[in-house]
Amino acid sequence: MAEELRRVQLPLTPELARTLHMGDNVLLTGTIYTARDAAHERMTENLAKGIPLPFDPMNATIYYVGPTPAEPGKVIGSAGPTTAGRMDKWAPEMISLGARGMIGKGARQPSVVDAMKKYSGVYFGAIGGAGALLAKHIKKCKLIAYEDLGPEAIRELYVEDFPVTVIIDSEGNDLYKSGRAEYLKLHEENQKA
Amino acid sequence: MRDIDVSVITDAIEKMCINANRHLPQDMQAGIKACRACEDGPIACTILDQIIDNFQTADKENVPICQDTGMACIFLEVGQEVHFTGGALYDAVNEGVRRGYTKGYLRKSVEADPIRRGNTGDNTPAMITVDIVPGDKVKITVAPKGFGSENMSALRMFKPSAGLQGIKDFILETVEKAGPNPCPPIVVGVGIGGNFDHVALAAKKALLRPIDSHNPDPYYAALEDEMLEKINELGIGPQGFGGRTTAVGVNIETLPTHIAGMPCAVNISCHVTRHETEVI
Repeated sequence: MAEELRRVQLPLTPELARTLHMGDNVLLTGTIYTARDAAHERMTENLAKGIPLPFDPMNATIYYVGPTPAEPGKVIGSAGPTTAGRMDKWAPEMISLGARGMIGKGARQPSVVDAMKKYSGVYFGAIGGAGALLAKHIKKCKLIAYEDLGPEAIRELYVEDFPVTVIIDSEGNDLYKSGRAEYLKLHEENQKA
Repeated sequence: MRDIDVSVITDAIEKMCINANRHLPQDMQAGIKACRACEDGPIACTILDQIIDNFQTADKENVPICQDTGMACIFLEVGQEVHFTGGALYDAVNEGVRRGYTKGYLRKSVEADPIRRGNTGDNTPAMITVDIVPGDKVKITVAPKGFGSENMSALRMFKPSAGLQGIKDFILETVEKAGPNPCPPIVVGVGIGGNFDHVALAAKKALLRPIDSHNPDPYYAALEDEMLEKINELGIGPQGFGGRTTAVGVNIETLPTHIAGMPCAVNISCHVTRHETEVI
């Protein structure tokens, strides 16, 4: 696992995605889109009716977040990741459309990992509960669709050096499994020593 | 009899909703720092440093610690000598939540209907629990509760034959299943006994107790320590990336129960376990 930080400029092309590996600590810069459960549901329902997505999904990165409202003079409120597994129902379709980057926290279903392997997807983890820190890396925020959904509306964000860790890479390697196994091995060795 | 105008309750709750979401309680701050000091996983240390940085930043800059500012869980211990005036108590509580979440730029996360959905726009209604107690005071506790961890909670109706071992296994199984989802390091609130509804409330109330406190019964105090140790041997670690610090605390509350049963509820809470109390 890489210890040093790597700067990554979005959009996330398939070529770029394949250079990112499980455990890499990455600083993302570029445009990303927010969407949670309600937005995913509406997007996929609209797609079925032939209505296009509110943003171009090709090489896009979706941040699973519902921020707190911005105080006057601020870009955004606290903005940490929500549990990604709730979006598993819709994620394979989004990935198949080219939205290969996802930022969230928590475990994913095999169906999502399969789609990631097929379309070179990357699942990034931001620190859950660190909304005050993460908001500092969000430089622009524009509401672009589904305003009626309140905190679940789709926002276009411009982030600079947004700190994430590659949890699942395009080959399907999963930090939740490997990181824990690695720790338990290290802990056992420490106990013996 | 002591008259209390409900506007006093509204004002207190407004202020407490804002403060609870911006300033992590001292017991949690100290607990997370203590975990950092004995963490032996390298990734885990980095994550804990950032979690500490986050709550210190929120504290200093007076902003929400986490974007999930929760459902407003409001606990009122009302002295039986109190007479509320000036309006309905529950309306006053909800007005306090409405004002706090609006003026405090907190997220409105409440849906009017569980299936048909639809955001209420002001984070009401609050989840209100009232206990009537002796005296003429009102003790208010505001505990905003996020749902990343709430979703990983569980309740099981054990038969008495399952015994202590059944309870221990269930607590560990619930934490294991939760894995990285509830934003570990977590706080584990456990309710044992009572019936179906009261056991869930006991688990929630266990989360209100400071994590450096113990159940007054030495038997359950020892169980709290044992379960904390066992949970921290799972290796899930901060954010689930591996490490010692899976939980910062385990609090257990118990109730008498029926001859045929032994209900157990495990309410999981995240590293942003918030609660603020005021006595009026």
